[in-house]
Amino acid sequence: MLTILVPLLVLMILGAVIALESKDLLSGIISLGIIGFALTIIFLLLQAPDLAIVQIIVETLTLVILIAAILKTTREDTTETFGFKKILLWGIGLIAIAAFLLVTVNIFKHLPPFGSPVLRMAQPYIDLGLPMTGAANLVAAIILDFRGYDTLGEATVLFTAVAGTVAVLRSVGRKRA
Amino acid sequence: MRGMTPIVQCISRLMAPSIFLLGVYVVLHGHLTPGGGFAGGVLIAGAFVLLVLAFGSDEWRSRALNWNATVFESLGLFFFWFLAVMGLIEGVPFFVNVIAKANPGHPYRLFSAGIIPLCNAAIGMEVAAGLFFVFMCLAILKMGEKP
Repeated sequence: MLTILVPLLVLMILGAVIALESKDLLSGIISLGIIGFALTIIFLLLQAPDLAIVQIIVETLTLVILIAAILKTTREDTTETFGFKKILLWGIGLIAIAAFLLVTVNIFKHLPPFGSPVLRMAQPYIDLGLPMTGAANLVAAIILDFRGYDTLGEATVLFTAVAGTVAVLRSVGRKRA
Repeated sequence: MRGMTPIVQCISRLMAPSIFLLGVYVVLHGHLTPGGGFAGGVLIAGAFVLLVLAFGSDEWRSRALNWNATVFESLGLFFFWFLAVMGLIEGVPFFVNVIAKANPGHPYRLFSAGIIPLCNAAIGMEVAAGLFFVFMCLAILKMGEKP
């Protein structure tokens, strides 16, 4: 399993670096797609089809929306930094990466091995999911019955986000600048 | 935004109903197979986005379509909240699966699990309308144009 996962993870990191460094915004967005679709394959290999379906659909739609936005505006990355500011940003970045790796290595020494669950709370959900709710899909039983409040909040957050986007982008009732 | 070539238009005219149908299937079978309201809703929105990209936005710039999107989104969220509050109306705590308690149904059938398929349908309606409306606003509208 790890022999397939590690090349995919390396590919995701490479895609992220290319997306950050490329001067052409269109190739940057296509490199962002590498991250999402490699993550889909990882979800499939780890036997999580629910997450894989959501990931591949949302990734495709997001790429289409971003490309449509770029075709209407500009294709060039025009941000530039010079001199002392650039050195400062690189220094802070390297220090942050070193601290993050140090903490991560210490944490991974205390975690249980790969593939064994961390939480004891998962077992009652797996045992009681079908008899208590009647839903054959365990994920649906959890997100819409045991953790229904979360999903209700998520739906409300999505509605608020769409309302906010439309309020920013509309032109009726907005004063001309 | 202009449309694309007749080849793209013909293929997307054939593909869009299939994508729409797959989205409806994923929403309705959310409690039996992988998927659910969110994934199916994004699929339904994707079918409309494909049509808009292929045929151009001029044919879609009607006031009624955008109005329908907002109405369906609000209706989806209202339906979801109504299903959650239905427990209080029946006299049991908030968000209790009242239909499954009264009529459990057989597991692995389409009509089972009480309010879970209804919640999936509500979420799917909200997500499809909301994402399609955001796409219309982001990619189609120009400055100083009425939505």
